[in-house]
Amino acid sequence: MGLAQRINAALRRVPTWAVYLAGGVVPFWYLWLGLTGGLGPEPVKALEHALGLLALQMLVAVLAVTPLRDITGVSLVRFRRALGLLTFFYVTCHLLVWLFLDVQFLDAIVKDIVKRPYITIGMAAFLLMLPLAVTSNNLSIRKLGPKAWKRLHRLTYGAAVLGAVHFVMLTKTWETEPMIYLGLVAALVAWRLPWAKLLEGAWGLRRRNA
Amino acid sequence: MAGRYRSDLNWSDVTPKAEWLNRRQIMTGAAALGLGSIAAPALARFDPVASAFSTDEEPTSFEDITSYNNFYEFGTGKSDPARNAGALQTEPWPVVIDGLVDRPGTYDFDEIVSGQTLEERIYRFRCVEAWSSVVPWVGFELKDLLDRVGVQPSAKYVAFETAVQEEVMVGVQRGVMDFPFVEGLRLDEAMHPLTIVAVGVYDEPMPKQKGAPMRLVVPWKYGFKSIKSVVRISLVEDEPPASWNQLIPREYGFYSNVNPERDHPRWSQKTERRIGEGLFARRIPTLKFNGYGEEVASLYAGMDLVNEFY
Repeated sequence: MGLAQRINAALRRVPTWAVYLAGGVVPFWYLWLGLTGGLGPEPVKALEHALGLLALQMLVAVLAVTPLRDITGVSLVRFRRALGLLTFFYVTCHLLVWLFLDVQFLDAIVKDIVKRPYITIGMAAFLLMLPLAVTSNNLSIRKLGPKAWKRLHRLTYGAAVLGAVHFVMLTKTWETEPMIYLGLVAALVAWRLPWAKLLEGAWGLRRRNA
Repeated sequence: MAGRYRSDLNWSDVTPKAEWLNRRQIMTGAAALGLGSIAAPALARFDPVASAFSTDEEPTSFEDITSYNNFYEFGTGKSDPARNAGALQTEPWPVVIDGLVDRPGTYDFDEIVSGQTLEERIYRFRCVEAWSSVVPWVGFELKDLLDRVGVQPSAKYVAFETAVQEEVMVGVQRGVMDFPFVEGLRLDEAMHPLTIVAVGVYDEPMPKQKGAPMRLVVPWKYGFKSIKSVVRISLVEDEPPASWNQLIPREYGFYSNVNPERDHPRWSQKTERRIGEGLFARRIPTLKFNGYGEEVASLYAGMDLVNEFY
């Protein structure tokens, strides 16, 4: 048995509820740190940023499931729904902290969403995730049919790109960390492009022009 | 210096040091852990006199104002300066004072401080990022220093420069922005009695992450104008370059007076949050000129501070 098969066999023994549980407690752990002084003198921003980063990391993990399987044979497909729903949970926590602990005033919230491009983009990413979270269950797959469901869930790519851009835009200078996430997301989305068809098309075009 | 309000009382006479060092820990009930290690009283270094310019608001704890800083030479994270600035070499500290002055030269830090009456100035400090604190600075008026070197009549602006010690400054090594960091003030702003050269906080020598051994403090402007670890002061005729203004002119103006009427393009400046007040701290309204309008508004009479001179 190869290494990939052995890893897959071990992964089959991990129940998905364990992933939900382990991922689900992280925001509460951060909240606890924030309440007890563990997030420094400005816990609101620290909590907001920690949750946003967590969401982006989970989104990268979700996008990595397919390439990981294609390249190494290790399959996390069984956990993809859990990872996706955890991403949505983190994003929701991030949004709630921003609304209730950070901005606090309704008029300021509305103005921020309309006037600040990085917040507009962040909100757009959240809205794209909403139908994904709602349809992350077997019933929805049956009702929509696997083809339509798959098409709908391509919104993940849009949400990931917007999320990474949102991160890049909020720093005061060009920083490496957000650029790394943007690069990762771009590479993982590019992985999905139908390269064979695109190359064939370009080849065909060149032949016709010759 | 003569005729200024004086009193023998200052902050360190009012509050026991253990208490201000650890206020946040006391608030979170962890006092028992922290008190033992800082119970030994440190020597008061400056014993500054109180100032009528001080606010009576409660100062932010020493721990908080020294663990949440922007000092990009030492990294862009808020806790990076506290972690990395320890290696800053501050002895000796020569400061070049040049340009349109009668007595240009290189002055050592000790020479600059000697003969100055040190005052405690408890100022509100408003960062452009919409957080704020209350800091008990120890320092002297910049005017007193400029008078000593003799400002020539043709000088209209003062340019400042932060030290570059590349071998210990990770932000400089990574090139997060152009260094040296530079800032500037109009001469009347520089000569204003609220503008100080700070050499300490809470009667302690200036912590390195806060701009040791001497920094500018201009309380009615956003924090980045209060340039840290100054090694050069030049009197000049034309408006000098200012780092943030040069980097993103649309977001950071040369004047950068605290102004709730002019939003930063990416966030509102109408409100701010005091650091050290926990997860449920309420936002408080930001005051024009950071609440120092009575003293400084006249400097900008007739100027459009929202669209033109922001």
